[in-house]
Amino acid sequence: MNPVELKYNKEHEYAKVEGNIVTFGITDHAQESLGDVVFVELPDVGTTVTAGKSYGTVESVKAVSDITASVSGKVVEVNTQVMDSPDLLNSEPYGEGWLIKVEADDLSSLDSLMTAAEYEAFLAQEEH
Amino acid sequence: MNELKRTPLYEEHLVAKAKLIDFGGWEMPVQYAGVIDEHHTVRTKAGLFDVSHMGEIDVRGEEALAFVQMLITNDVSKLEDGKILYSPMCYPNGGIVDDLLVYRYNSQHFFIVVNASNADKDYAWITEQAKRFNVIAENLSEQYAQLALQGPLAETVLQRITNYNLSQIKYYSFAHGEIDGVSCLISRTGYTGEDGFEIYVAPEYGRQLWRKILEIGANDGVKPIGLGARDTLRFEARLPLYGNELGAEITPLEAGLGIFVKLDKADFIGKEVLLAQKEQGIPRKLVGLEMIDRGIARSHYPLQKDGQEIGFITSGSFSPTLNKNIALGLIRADLDILGEILDVMIRGKAVKAKIIPSLFYKCDKQGGHSAKESGAMSEKISAK
Repeated sequence: MNPVELKYNKEHEYAKVEGNIVTFGITDHAQESLGDVVFVELPDVGTTVTAGKSYGTVESVKAVSDITASVSGKVVEVNTQVMDSPDLLNSEPYGEGWLIKVEADDLSSLDSLMTAAEYEAFLAQEEH
Repeated sequence: MNELKRTPLYEEHLVAKAKLIDFGGWEMPVQYAGVIDEHHTVRTKAGLFDVSHMGEIDVRGEEALAFVQMLITNDVSKLEDGKILYSPMCYPNGGIVDDLLVYRYNSQHFFIVVNASNADKDYAWITEQAKRFNVIAENLSEQYAQLALQGPLAETVLQRITNYNLSQIKYYSFAHGEIDGVSCLISRTGYTGEDGFEIYVAPEYGRQLWRKILEIGANDGVKPIGLGARDTLRFEARLPLYGNELGAEITPLEAGLGIFVKLDKADFIGKEVLLAQKEQGIPRKLVGLEMIDRGIARSHYPLQKDGQEIGFITSGSFSPTLNKNIALGLIRADLDILGEILDVMIRGKAVKAKIIPSLFYKCDKQGGHSAKESGAMSEKISAK
């Protein structure tokens, strides 16, 4: 269920790599645990994000959750659609519910991320 | 860590695939289908809650009436037998021990329903105060499962499994009757801003009633509702929550509960301080806020005006009924002006909000009567 072409971090976020452009989003497990997403705070285009640091928040009715950049770089595109319709994070976390696209300074920080298989093993482990 | 307590309905929550959380030491369902969906179910149809975690304290004795009068800020002396009243219960300094419902059987017997997370503290407090009176206070919390059926279809659905004529139980009244053949205390109260019932039953019958109500209400869209939606529902209806709007450092006058504080009745705990506060001016007020900038104000976020801290958010959420982000805040009284713009400090950033009337949502038909028919409605508020 978690797309094999994506990379995953332990905060239940994914990175989709296309050349030096990396798309960030939250995983299906993340949206499931958050519940109904009602608010998304994202950085502006042109600002920079830092690997391992928060670049915004995703809020459900009950919870506020930080979202963490998996690479450092410049924000080149922001999904304004999810700001108006945050429920897209629940319905299509891997599709229309993506968050931002970053032009990466360096892709090496992606090496520490998990593959889909590793992420699923991580999820199974977290269950216990 | 202490083992979480479970209600008699715990197994039903597992069957319904609820997401469970620690709520005041109880393992409780926060959601089933999703908070927003559940919220709308209660506003438009009816929803079933497990509120067995609530505390029940029975007070009996010759001096029961005098004792309860001393204990709470509201006045039970004029309350008819079979009726219910909402009240804060204060410390001598005017801070709030808890807010509760008092059921009056007669002048020598009252049944008090308190918040789950405060139940042990409340019982200790009540027992301590009871020493000065000829009364016996007994903690009956373990002897009840409590179910709440809330929403416009509540009466129609519940009537199918009881011979008791539910229309005879008026808002803020109670009766004993059989539901699905089981003896229950049926109370026309709730914590959602909708019409509905709270049903107290022996724990061993809790699951039977839970299943039966969901079964007979299924075609009408009746579903189980978690604490997540319970919170958004009560918040829209400006029903206060202990730990948010209410606390040991907040007086009922500050929390906007002045109508439940009868300063003209004989002595009660906290009266002196509350009377002085009323005379000297209430320092803080609870106000409604609507976000102007993007953002959700959450409990305990600071509120500022011109860079000065002037209060804090007590509750804040996306409102499923109004489809916007709103909040309640406790602020310096002189700034309580409709339309006033305040800054909510969200993670260090000032986000603008405007003061609006705090009753965000009002049901037009509660207790089977339209709000207009029932003048006393404003004096009624629900238990947690």
